[in-house]
Amino acid sequence: MSDIDKSRFLSQFDYLTERESSDHVALNCPAGKLIEFCTSLRDEFGFDLLLDVTAIDWDVATPRFTGVYHFYSTASSNYLRVAADCPDNVNPVLPSLTSIYSAADWHERETYDLMGIRYEGHPNLKRILMWDSYPYHPLRKDFPLAGIETPLPAEDVAERTNLKVVAAPMMGGPFHSSGDGKMSQTEPSAKDESWNEQSSK
Amino acid sequence: MLNQTVAYDSKVEGEVIVTKADAVINWIRKNSVWPMPMGLACCAIELMAAGASRFDISRFGMEVMRFSPRQADCMIVAGTVTYKMAEVIRRIYEQMGDPKWVVAMGACASTGGMYRSYATLQGVDRVVPVDVYISGCPPRPEALLDAMIKLQEKIMDENSAKNLIKVPVNKDIRKDALST
Amino acid sequence: MAQTKEISLGDTGARAAKAHSNAQAKVVAADETVSEVNSETMALNVGPSHPTTHGVLRLMMELDGDLIKKCEPVLGYLHRGDEKIAENMTYNQFVPYTDRLDYLAPLANNVAYAMAVEKLANLEVPERCQAIRMISCELARISSHLLGVGVYGMDAGAWTVFMYTFTEREKLYTLFEELTGARFTTSYTRIGGVARDIPDGWLGRVNSFCKGVIDVLDQVDKMLTRNRIFMDRTVGIGVITKEQALSYGMTGPNLRASGVDLDLRKDNPYMMYDQCDFEVPIGLNGDCYDRYLMRAEEIKQSVSIIRQVIGKFPEGSYYAEDAKKIFAPQKSKVLSSMEELIQNFMLVTEGPQMPQGEVYFEAENPKGSLGFFIVSKGGGVPYRMKIRGPSFCNLSILSELIPGHFLTDITVILGSLDFVMGECDR
Ligand code: SF4
Repeated sequence: MSDIDKSRFLSQFDYLTERESSDHVALNCPAGKLIEFCTSLRDEFGFDLLLDVTAIDWDVATPRFTGVYHFYSTASSNYLRVAADCPDNVNPVLPSLTSIYSAADWHERETYDLMGIRYEGHPNLKRILMWDSYPYHPLRKDFPLAGIETPLPAEDVAERTNLKVVAAPMMGGPFHSSGDGKMSQTEPSAKDESWNEQSSK
Repeated sequence: MLNQTVAYDSKVEGEVIVTKADAVINWIRKNSVWPMPMGLACCAIELMAAGASRFDISRFGMEVMRFSPRQADCMIVAGTVTYKMAEVIRRIYEQMGDPKWVVAMGACASTGGMYRSYATLQGVDRVVPVDVYISGCPPRPEALLDAMIKLQEKIMDENSAKNLIKVPVNKDIRKDALST
Repeated sequence: MAQTKEISLGDTGARAAKAHSNAQAKVVAADETVSEVNSETMALNVGPSHPTTHGVLRLMMELDGDLIKKCEPVLGYLHRGDEKIAENMTYNQFVPYTDRLDYLAPLANNVAYAMAVEKLANLEVPERCQAIRMISCELARISSHLLGVGVYGMDAGAWTVFMYTFTEREKLYTLFEELTGARFTTSYTRIGGVARDIPDGWLGRVNSFCKGVIDVLDQVDKMLTRNRIFMDRTVGIGVITKEQALSYGMTGPNLRASGVDLDLRKDNPYMMYDQCDFEVPIGLNGDCYDRYLMRAEEIKQSVSIIRQVIGKFPEGSYYAEDAKKIFAPQKSKVLSSMEELIQNFMLVTEGPQMPQGEVYFEAENPKGSLGFFIVSKGGGVPYRMKIRGPSFCNLSILSELIPGHFLTDITVILGSLDFVMGECDR
């Protein structure tokens, strides 16, 4: 693997800034310039494979959402990470890369589904993993792992079986413990657990 | 086991065996269970292994896996049931003809297993009635075979003849059909 | 630079090319008649419980007679929330969940995940550990491809192939069981090493398995490669061009079948792949037939890698001994010494301690590049973990690939793509 020269990017595109990274070259790109930059990434720099599109929810920080893209060049075997902050914390929007890489289609739908980031210009932006009428975006930090009670998508089945989507039981689950405190609180349990055998829900 | 009573009556001439209807019906049902493999996740691979040469489920008369619910009478739910899939499972279950049985294979199908999360149904018994649960993640093919044998035992204990008379046809429909 | 090998099959290759152009002509002709007749279209739903979909994929299609006009895949029937679960547990606790991503090659997932976290921790594992991991990765590849080829054959009507390859997989399961204690939910790696050393004589048994699998591969070759029915059903069907494959972000054998030379084991070598001599098969046409040849050839290459690793199997430790905050100490020491006891306690309650940072690591898995993007704020729990499932990307091409084919072709196209829903929906 030959390392790419990040100064080349930084000098050619003055809107880019360097991003902290523990491995590959990483760049911050403003959301408005993403399309322009990615087009030249593909056409000039030979990054022909869009590996992954995802996002990070920084919870209380601002900007709250950061879109992250991973590119790969089959010619030079290099990776590149590009991150773009969403300007708006409440209605996060990013431009869609579907016009440049077809791979972006499903990845962006997934990120929209789980993180709630809207991709402007996406031809078919709807949920891909959860069902269409699901009201939440589960990978956001304020969404509990156990889930939130919602009706089942199919009404007739819900009626016959009396089933709805309920929060999964977390007690005694195979999950992380906080470290100190009483035994009942420190036994491995979900981080977001709001109840245990001492205080019921 | 009363239901299995099969008696030979010497007063009746010829090749006749007298037995209970239950015993015959159950015996027939027991030895021709046609499973509907509801392969959802990892457990489905062990289900396939049970059908392949080393474990060979056909030794128990169950190798006729049918993907059409109309032709099957035992649904083997092998894998994680998500809320999105629960609806489908219920519909397929309803399409199966009576009598029908359900086997929940693996921790996921039985209780949600290691997937305690927003998307996973915590046990398939919330949407369909389950006859046999199999523990394990995944259960070994032997465990599946064991469960199927348990199911056969359960079938032998059923009140089949009574149900035959009692349950089936909706009277009104029958009247309508006869009158027209 | 990567050595590549073009699959050539003498007259078969020529026949393939011919059949390929025939099939193209067929599709075009069908298209024309349709526009003349202008008949009504029919909606057809396949899955999520259907034998061709290998799990819980669902296809919603628009048919004109037998010709597919439009196809929309629907996923998510196996979305179990792996990424959210990962944010709620320590790094080692997540290892079992990686088994269940691509459940046809769990060992390879374990290794990819452990290496991603080790990259975050900047930790190098000893050579012996790498050798063990390489053998398990390649065995996993063999097991996945065996099933891939077997089920693909079954989809095309050759049931015997499935029986043959599954018997081989059973032998592999025995090896896995010996190594890890489980048939395929192995959870074998730990961050900084593997769970236990290889058992006595295991390498010898791996060696004899390798011999057997080559024999079976020959038999499969006799049954499928020049089988008239199989060829008629696969040659020229489901052609993916180089450009399409790249644009859709396909990886692994499916990408290489389309003629792109990308194998991370060569291009970004990890573990000790750079010390091994093996070839990367490349396809010519990118059709269903090429994808079959690709898998069969890759099994042979994996066998060769395994033999090379066994040939110079390093001595030493099977885990990083100096990584005290990451790898749990030996049980005997935990029970006899205070320091190790505390170390063990801290590891279990708080998890292996990681520095802050962002890493992305991909490994060449049987289905393609399995990637883990980990965002850490320090401590024993990842802040965010994104899993890039290769099957997810490989399937995204379906809505472009399937239209223009006949309904019966779906079985082979899906079979040839060899996907697994566990890592697609996660
Ligand atoms: S019980 Fe285990 S092996 Fe079976 S589907 Fe669930 S996770 Fe997979």
